Amino acid sequence: MSDGYRIFPLGDSALTVEFGNEISVELNERAIALSEYFENNPFPGFIETVPAYASTTIFFDIARVTAAFPDARTAWDAVRLLAENALTHTQDLAVRETRTVEIPIHFDRESALDLDYIAKCHSLKTNDVIQIFTERTYRVFMLGFLPGFTYMAEVDERIATPRKEAPRTAVPKGSIGIAGKQTGIYSLESPGGWQIVGRTDVEMFTPDGERPTLLRAGDSVRFVPAK
Amino acid sequence: MSLLIKKSGILTTVQDLGRLGWRPFGVNPNGPMDPVAARISNILVGNDDNAAVLEMHFPAAEIVFTSDTLFSICGGDFGAELDGQALHPWRTLRTEAGSTLRFEQKLDGERCYLAVRGGFDIPLWLGSASTNINAGIGGHHGRPLQAGDELEVKPRDTNIVPSRFPAVSPSLLPRYSRFPTVRIIPGAEFEYLDGESHKSLLRQNFSISKTSNRMGFRLTGEALSLENPREFISSAVCFGTVQLLPDGQLIILMSDQQTAGGYPRIAHVISYDLPLVGQLGAGDKIALHMTDVAEAERLTIQFEKELSFLRVACKFAHR
Repeated sequence: MSDGYRIFPLGDSALTVEFGNEISVELNERAIALSEYFENNPFPGFIETVPAYASTTIFFDIARVTAAFPDARTAWDAVRLLAENALTHTQDLAVRETRTVEIPIHFDRESALDLDYIAKCHSLKTNDVIQIFTERTYRVFMLGFLPGFTYMAEVDERIATPRKEAPRTAVPKGSIGIAGKQTGIYSLESPGGWQIVGRTDVEMFTPDGERPTLLRAGDSVRFVPAK
Repeated sequence: MSLLIKKSGILTTVQDLGRLGWRPFGVNPNGPMDPVAARISNILVGNDDNAAVLEMHFPAAEIVFTSDTLFSICGGDFGAELDGQALHPWRTLRTEAGSTLRFEQKLDGERCYLAVRGGFDIPLWLGSASTNINAGIGGHHGRPLQAGDELEVKPRDTNIVPSRFPAVSPSLLPRYSRFPTVRIIPGAEFEYLDGESHKSLLRQNFSISKTSNRMGFRLTGEALSLENPREFISSAVCFGTVQLLPDGQLIILMSDQQTAGGYPRIAHVISYDLPLVGQLGAGDKIALHMTDVAEAERLTIQFEKELSFLRVACKFAHR
């Protein structure tokens, strides 16, 4: 641990910079800034990054990095130096422009598969759950699990509900789930264990458009009851 | 030129070396379970390493070639026959129009790769021809091949005698085994294992369980545990990541792994040894041996160097 981060190999072809082990906006912004830095300033042999809650992972090609940095003892050493260097730049890097997106959500029985369960868990009426869920703005911390699946937080303590013990084999596309204090949108039909609070018709995963996903890490989401 | 699937196999998919550059959007790379076999199969027919190939499981598909071409079969040995004639794996081969390729018996490994000169003409999705079965996108209509499917092959000169292509040096061939020892390097959460589990990880032989697929191989063995059980927030994982599941068993993430996960990352199989894992199936065994990043890199760099010799020799074959 140095300057509030640790660097470790993720296998022999990737390196992770970890800023902490908690869901916090500050740590997430550092992770996104580092990812942006390398996406904008790729080095020879750079492949891609994975910005997560509080870490960024940099994937690289061993042979190409080795050829480009002949003085480094290993490719890992070369990329670690690049990452340490980048971290001195990203301290004062402004985070990429983010957006706030409104997402209409259906709360009918067929869409909100676990709304009754969530209400029962917390001794609330379903309308209270809807009210509490829609009054917050959620931050997109990361994408993962499925193409375009968003990990968002933070769900109000009063309706935070653990994952299902036995995951569903098929959660319908567009379903919005709660897992503890996280909420997420199933961009595609998939097996999954999150408690489904509602469903949206908005396409999260837009591979044919200008960008492959509607949302990116750092964006904000407001859920509004669909008309 | 095209190739016709006459009978479907149990799981035949189109794969190139993966969909890279889209992980930040949660798009996982996919790609072959045995990248070395996929790459060599391409090199042997003068294709780029990254050209689209077929990854087959046993029982494999029955395939008809619609015109004369060069092809190669690498990876698991499924007893390939062309019109009843046994074929050599890991060689440049020739077929005539109308010939039928069959796979008679599983002799070795679990995944066999077919490359055709020119490569399959597959519409790229986000820059790659790899099939993402879970998302139902990429490859051939986002799904495994079925009887009746026809795959176009990109036009290339095919009027070359296969014997002009060099043989693959034995040092390039992965040492497949039903019980390999594969080398690992420690994962981010390795240090959180308790003392007994540290020893047990390297001492025991694990079995590949039946609930294994292209996403991951579940291992069964003596349960491991963390010194102080704790929760980890989601962070990146990759091909070869060895995670500890809540029940104390391990899983090795394979080609269709997700981009991120929250289970403790105990170790990572080194890139050089991934083909050995990629050829395993339910009931096979595996032992883990600890090495370090420097050794892992040395093996990869040496391998890439030798592979580049083969690539150059194959390019000259048709000059």
